[in-house]
Amino acid sequence: MSVPNGSPTELQEYRDGVRSWLKANAPASMPSAAELIPAAKAFQAALFDAGYAGITWPKDVGGQGLSAAYQQVYSDEAAAYELPTYPFIIGMGMCGPTVNDLGTGEQRTSYLPRLLRGEDIWCQLFSEPGAGSDVASLQTRAVLDGDAWVVNGQKVWTTNAQWADFGALLARTDPDRPKHSGLTMFILDMHAPGVTVRPLKDMSGRAPFNEVYFDDVRIPVDAVIGQVNAGWNAAVTMLGHERVSIGATRKPKTNPMEFASLVELARRHGVTGDPAQRERLAELYAHERVLELFNVRMRQETMAGNPPGARGSVAKLAGALLLRRAIDTAGQIAGSDTIAWEPGDARGAELALGINSAPASSIAGGTNEVQHNIIGERILGLPKEPQVDRDIPFRELKVGTQRG
Amino acid sequence: MQLVLDPEQQELRSAVRKFLTDQSPSARVRSAMESDDGYDRELWRRMATELGLLGLAVPERYDGAGAGHVERAIVQEELGRSLAPSPFLGSAVLATDTLLALDDEAARAELLPRMVAGELIAAVAVAEGGGAWDRTGGATTASRSGDAWTLDGTKTAVVAGDVADVLLVLASTSDGPGWFRVDPSASGVTRTTLTTLDPTRRLAKVAFAKAPATALASADAAAVLDLVADLGAVALAAEQLGGLQRALEMAVDYAKVRVQFGRPVGSYQAVKHGLADVYSDWEQGLSALRHASWAADHARDELPLAAALVAAYVGPAYFRAGTLCVQYHGGIGYTWEHDAHLYYKRAKSTELLFGSPARNRARLADRLGV
Ligand SMILES: Cc1cc2nc3c(=O)[nH]c(=O)nc-3n(C[C@H](O)[C@H](O)[C@H](O)COP(=O)(O)OP(=O)(O)OC[C@H]3O[C@@H](n4cnc5c(N)ncnc54)[C@H](O)[C@@H]3O)c2cc1C
Repeated sequence: MSVPNGSPTELQEYRDGVRSWLKANAPASMPSAAELIPAAKAFQAALFDAGYAGITWPKDVGGQGLSAAYQQVYSDEAAAYELPTYPFIIGMGMCGPTVNDLGTGEQRTSYLPRLLRGEDIWCQLFSEPGAGSDVASLQTRAVLDGDAWVVNGQKVWTTNAQWADFGALLARTDPDRPKHSGLTMFILDMHAPGVTVRPLKDMSGRAPFNEVYFDDVRIPVDAVIGQVNAGWNAAVTMLGHERVSIGATRKPKTNPMEFASLVELARRHGVTGDPAQRERLAELYAHERVLELFNVRMRQETMAGNPPGARGSVAKLAGALLLRRAIDTAGQIAGSDTIAWEPGDARGAELALGINSAPASSIAGGTNEVQHNIIGERILGLPKEPQVDRDIPFRELKVGTQRG
Repeated sequence: MQLVLDPEQQELRSAVRKFLTDQSPSARVRSAMESDDGYDRELWRRMATELGLLGLAVPERYDGAGAGHVERAIVQEELGRSLAPSPFLGSAVLATDTLLALDDEAARAELLPRMVAGELIAAVAVAEGGGAWDRTGGATTASRSGDAWTLDGTKTAVVAGDVADVLLVLASTSDGPGWFRVDPSASGVTRTTLTTLDPTRRLAKVAFAKAPATALASADAAAVLDLVADLGAVALAAEQLGGLQRALEMAVDYAKVRVQFGRPVGSYQAVKHGLADVYSDWEQGLSALRHASWAADHARDELPLAAALVAAYVGPAYFRAGTLCVQYHGGIGYTWEHDAHLYYKRAKSTELLFGSPARNRARLADRLGV
């Protein structure tokens, strides 16, 4: 199927359209926590109606069937706003694309249009207390019982589960096989009986992620994504989408850890005349801008028929390191104003939130260490880490911090 | 903005890579760097005549190929990979860009076709102490008596200055900076070939004592310098990224085969992660290079920022790559026989060639309005 690439004139027209639509429809301020979900769902529905949801997704699932060039135009324009799209990131960036790649025709047409219209929020149910980087060591069990799989176990650090309607669940369906070959991916209805979501506070004091418990949860057999016991393949597909989606997400221009904001901070503190601060800011700009250009280049390569593959790890890793650099720069500029502020001063709180978010970027979606391994092994072809458990039946393994 | 190469540009890359792999392997690089001229004359001739590489960014009316800076950056990347010593940066980049930016049609028509043909080497003499380019012409002065000019002063770190047939010099006059053409064999010109950290590229000091000079026409001599500096920074970054990529490949290849404690050293994370960082630098730096060379051809208003960016980012990245290339080869990497040190030295010398990293960052800050 050929995808319209967009001539410069077409793209310019498209940009004009996006710009005026966003101007008219972007919410003036971020909704309060209590209103976030209804506001997000309403905004996503409006995006869909305007033709800006699923810009690169196929038309048969409600997408626009346009090239990445159009997506880029949209993302560029949207970066000027703070939009309430956060609850949809996992659905749009990871679960949706995976269902599109591996799902049955029925799964594609029943879940994907709903996602694009903002009706459902999704989460990713991979990590467990004993299985993070080594996802394939997970212990949540799914056992076939007539026309349903029965699931028992626990997930952790599940972002957005508190709001989610569906989850992409990875569970063990055959413990007699080696760990990678006994997994299956399911579409889980988060409202099904036996699913319990408990908020988990992160180090910022907020609770954007959760623990999720499964107690005899029944999942119909037609909710398997891909093949039974081929869940690892599905997981790899999703993790690939995840890295690209995290790495390529453009931060809104209002992000306090972005170059432009930190220049403002330097102006407020009157330190722009200090050569060392100027150099630091220049260096921050350089790292921010090269990453942005790398993301543009990856998109252009995708359009030219050469998708980035494991190179998404470069963007993921560089993004995490950039944030560390930015918080260092902020501290050098603002000194103790970064760590203590007047009660209610939003600027102080923003800087602290930046500092408290840096560890999340370096861990979530695959740690920096794991991204380094991926670049080293999959791109540079260096010898793999020794895998002592690769061929042993899962039942016999010691997993995480406990016995399996 | 176009950050990926089109099929013709990819073709050019393969052709230049094949040519340099065949014609300038390590042994040839080493014999060229130890030769009297410090470069491979035969290679230079063939680059000009067989491949037509010296005039890629030169309009056809001066016998150039009329291609652009993206193409020239490809050649620079490949030269950086192979380390082939040549006057390319001095003559086909800096001097060519200067002539194209000046308003002196007579000088262009006389010099450029011969430079493109590889018959004449030109060099630009602007840097004084520390390598920084002073827009005022620095302490080098030009005095006029009637129509005749003479120069006094000293320029240093002149790229290709040792072998140049023509020097293009920025000097200060009573009316501000001006560009001059000097014959290096004229009386009053003393050239010293400097001893360099990087044996694969020679640099010269040129002293002028009442040296006869010809004024070159230009409406804004300082603006010419700025443009030449930006285009030069892009070309240098291309060379650095080519070298970075080669240093990375060498280290990766070695890390796959060198076994210690029963495992290839590349399976240890300290090594693997260091190499992954170098790769990540390369991917990002290359994106900035593609943007800057595209801007040189298609969006000149974006060039100053793009050039400052790529210069600030790539110099230190290449030196890290050069450092790790030696490091991960262990003792063998510290030997003269191994090529790792040539990349290490080229990396440090290009990081500092046009001034210090701090200066590059300050220049970027200027252009960001910080
Ligand atoms: C904010 C946030 C949101 C998250 N959201 C979700 C979500 O929505 N859904 C979900 O399923 N999961 C989610 N996660 C979980 C996340 O994917 C895991 O935390 C992550 O993969 C790391 O696993 P771990 O925490 O078990 O650390 P571990 O794997 O135990 O790692 C501990 C340390 O060992 C290092 N390490 C581990 N293996 C290697 C190796 N092979 N080589 C070198 N070093 C290694 C790690 O890099 C780390 O430094 C989230 C996490 C965070 C922080």
